[in-house]
Amino acid sequence: MSEQPGPAAADVIVLGAGMAGLVAAVRLAEAGLRVVTVAKGYGSLRLAPATIDILGYAPGRVDSPAQALPGFAAAHPEHPYALISPAVLADSVQWLKEHVGTYAYAGDSSVNMLLPTALGVPRPSAVVPETMAGGDVRSLGPVLIAGFGVLKDFHPALAAENLQAATAAYGRTIEARPVLLNVPADGQADVGALALARRFEDAAFRGGVAAELRQAVRDEEAVGLPAVLGMDQARSVWTELQQAAGRPVFEIPTAVPPSVPGMRLARALQDRLRRAGGRVMLGAEATGPELRDGKLAGVRIRSAARVTPRACRWVVLATGGLASGGIEVDVSGTVSERALALPVQAPGPDQAGFGPGYLGDHPMETAGLRVDGSLRPVGPDGEPVYENVYAAGAVIGGARPWREKSGDGISLSTGYLAAEAILKEAG
Amino acid sequence: MTAEPEFDLIRDSLDHCVKCTICESACPVAAVTPLFPGPKYVGPQAERFRGAGPSVDASLDYCSSCGICTLACPQGVHVAEINSRARAVMKQQKGMPLRDQLIARPPLQGKLGTPVAPLANFVLSNRFARLVAEKTLGIHRNAPVPRFAGRTFRSWARRQPAPATTGTRRVAYFHGCSTNYFEPGLGRKAVAVLAHNGCRVVLPRQECCGLPLQSNGIFDAARSYVRRLVAGLVPYARQGYTIVATSTSCGLMLKREAIEILGVEDDDLRVVSGQTYDICEFLAELHQAGELKTDFRPVPLTVTYHAPCQQQGHNIGKPALDLLGLIPGLTVIELDRTCCGIAGTYGLKREKYDIAMQVGSGLFGDIRAAQPDLAVCDSETCRWQITHGTGWTSVHPVEVLYRAYGLS
Repeated sequence: MSEQPGPAAADVIVLGAGMAGLVAAVRLAEAGLRVVTVAKGYGSLRLAPATIDILGYAPGRVDSPAQALPGFAAAHPEHPYALISPAVLADSVQWLKEHVGTYAYAGDSSVNMLLPTALGVPRPSAVVPETMAGGDVRSLGPVLIAGFGVLKDFHPALAAENLQAATAAYGRTIEARPVLLNVPADGQADVGALALARRFEDAAFRGGVAAELRQAVRDEEAVGLPAVLGMDQARSVWTELQQAAGRPVFEIPTAVPPSVPGMRLARALQDRLRRAGGRVMLGAEATGPELRDGKLAGVRIRSAARVTPRACRWVVLATGGLASGGIEVDVSGTVSERALALPVQAPGPDQAGFGPGYLGDHPMETAGLRVDGSLRPVGPDGEPVYENVYAAGAVIGGARPWREKSGDGISLSTGYLAAEAILKEAG
Repeated sequence: MTAEPEFDLIRDSLDHCVKCTICESACPVAAVTPLFPGPKYVGPQAERFRGAGPSVDASLDYCSSCGICTLACPQGVHVAEINSRARAVMKQQKGMPLRDQLIARPPLQGKLGTPVAPLANFVLSNRFARLVAEKTLGIHRNAPVPRFAGRTFRSWARRQPAPATTGTRRVAYFHGCSTNYFEPGLGRKAVAVLAHNGCRVVLPRQECCGLPLQSNGIFDAARSYVRRLVAGLVPYARQGYTIVATSTSCGLMLKREAIEILGVEDDDLRVVSGQTYDICEFLAELHQAGELKTDFRPVPLTVTYHAPCQQQGHNIGKPALDLLGLIPGLTVIELDRTCCGIAGTYGLKREKYDIAMQVGSGLFGDIRAAQPDLAVCDSETCRWQITHGTGWTSVHPVEVLYRAYGLS
């Protein structure tokens, strides 16, 4: 076949299918552009709890991300949030809420809720699935934390005890007690969260759980359950269980992958992408830019048996950071960007060793691309490397998402903004 | 075998596994049966315990080899390939059922059945004969088996005059066993569509690619099959012919699986592999190069499109959708299911038939709900399974193109 790419089969090639890539791809495809998403595998969104953490700690706990962000951005000029206006952030949150199908979300960027983790620790998050919002400890009364004997990834006694202790430390103790429900294990020694979620789509199974819950719950209690209440019909499973149990029910994300809520959100966005005519090349990998006269005319993509240049007008680079392989460190400490070989802002090899403490800050945490105001990766001179490449999500450097609890907000807002920049150019 | 470098690269990829379980969340078999504990468990995890001793876990045999685990893995672990190889070792240790030896050899079936097609078809559709086959061989009585065409694709092709096309694009058509023995009409249509687009099509000498042997764990025979096929194709590949396949799984055998699963390492295979295209991939690239004819007549039909697991293994997306999208009047509904369940010969087996039908149930439900005129799908065994599971007629995308071009 021809070595040169012919007329573009795609307007936009999106590299990566995590939160940032999916948001950009859906937005562009729904605007009528021809979008091809190239995904080495299923994106990491399926491992995430599906809450949209915008800014949780800076470094003290943040009550209102919207209020904290201007000051945070001013203090961190290299942070991706320095490029995201409050309006873009709010628009991107609103956009997401309108694109998750029946898996409805609650909250906005003005207030952080405090949701219990599987360990019972209240965790700040701003925009969360409605199935989880009832766990907000700021308004939670007495609670029954229910688990399943066959689900070893969630221990209600541990969650309840910690929740009570942690909220006591906040000055408003929540009475929490555990219960283990007995669901049939079908001969299996243990059942994963995913298998349980699939079983919850079965009405008879749900009915059995609801009956047990009614027995266990007291009049004044809400019920916290691991986030296994259904997969494709999660919202109706949750609604029905609340009615059957006669008490408010909320989900708590399990700590061990796969994440059922993450799968729900990923599937909802993938569904939108497919219905908008977006294409996905699964298992394919970008191996470099396809240049014509020094300009990016496409992306070289490895499929089975060969690498093929694929033409496009724009690229959204959403391959993730160090954890996802979008940014790579080799044994010499050299840091590189894998898909398009863009220049990376990273500590030098002398700084790249271990930090002083196991959980201390590490210079490598902020490694990633530097971008201009429209999210185009720039070189050392501060100028865009390519006019038509936009970065989104964790591939952009400058953030410490796991410390800040900012990763979802960064991915959502930069994915949204990258699409917006392309839509402006497309006219 | 162990000295072959690509082999080690495949196995060593298990060190990239971070236990994220994305493969488990993607596996269509583990979703419907506790008999298969999932690709991570039997793959990168159990593989560490496999060595010179006996095989560690019989549940491995319930993997259908659909390959979605490898596609879904964001870390590049070759989960499906590791599992296929481990299963071959396990079946060698535990003994190979006669059934697996038989169903893994389409040329044998074809050569026996073709001359006596009416009788063979009668036997295959006879309930009593199928019951006997289930009891004696373990081939499920209801499993979808194809009908012998009686006249092979090659015997039709031999009687055709040399094509009058003046095209410069040279194509060597790899039709595979199923087109030859069971669906010769697909081969005729594929040749017509290629010729219509200015391709000079030749038919190299060819036999089975060895995929059914490979997926049943009979690796030595599979290697000799694929080497023989490559020997027939490589003279054309070296002359610059593009090798175009209508059987998407057999094309994938040449592109990837012979190297990554069977560990066949030679220059001839590399040359053939790099020149092999799935027919929809080939036509879609012609279109991108501005060289595909688009003189389509309106086809006022509604079709569903299911991309089979083996088609997804090409990592090329779904070029059939781009092609079908060019046809005026045609409404295409893209289905979002991983696998129809049959996975080649998996769903034929007595102990796996119900699992395969459960895997396919979502797809069957989608097709019934869509009420299409045709259910389009690239892979032959999947088409047979779809028809078996839904009653709907299932065709290859090229058959729709053939109709839209008004060829006959």
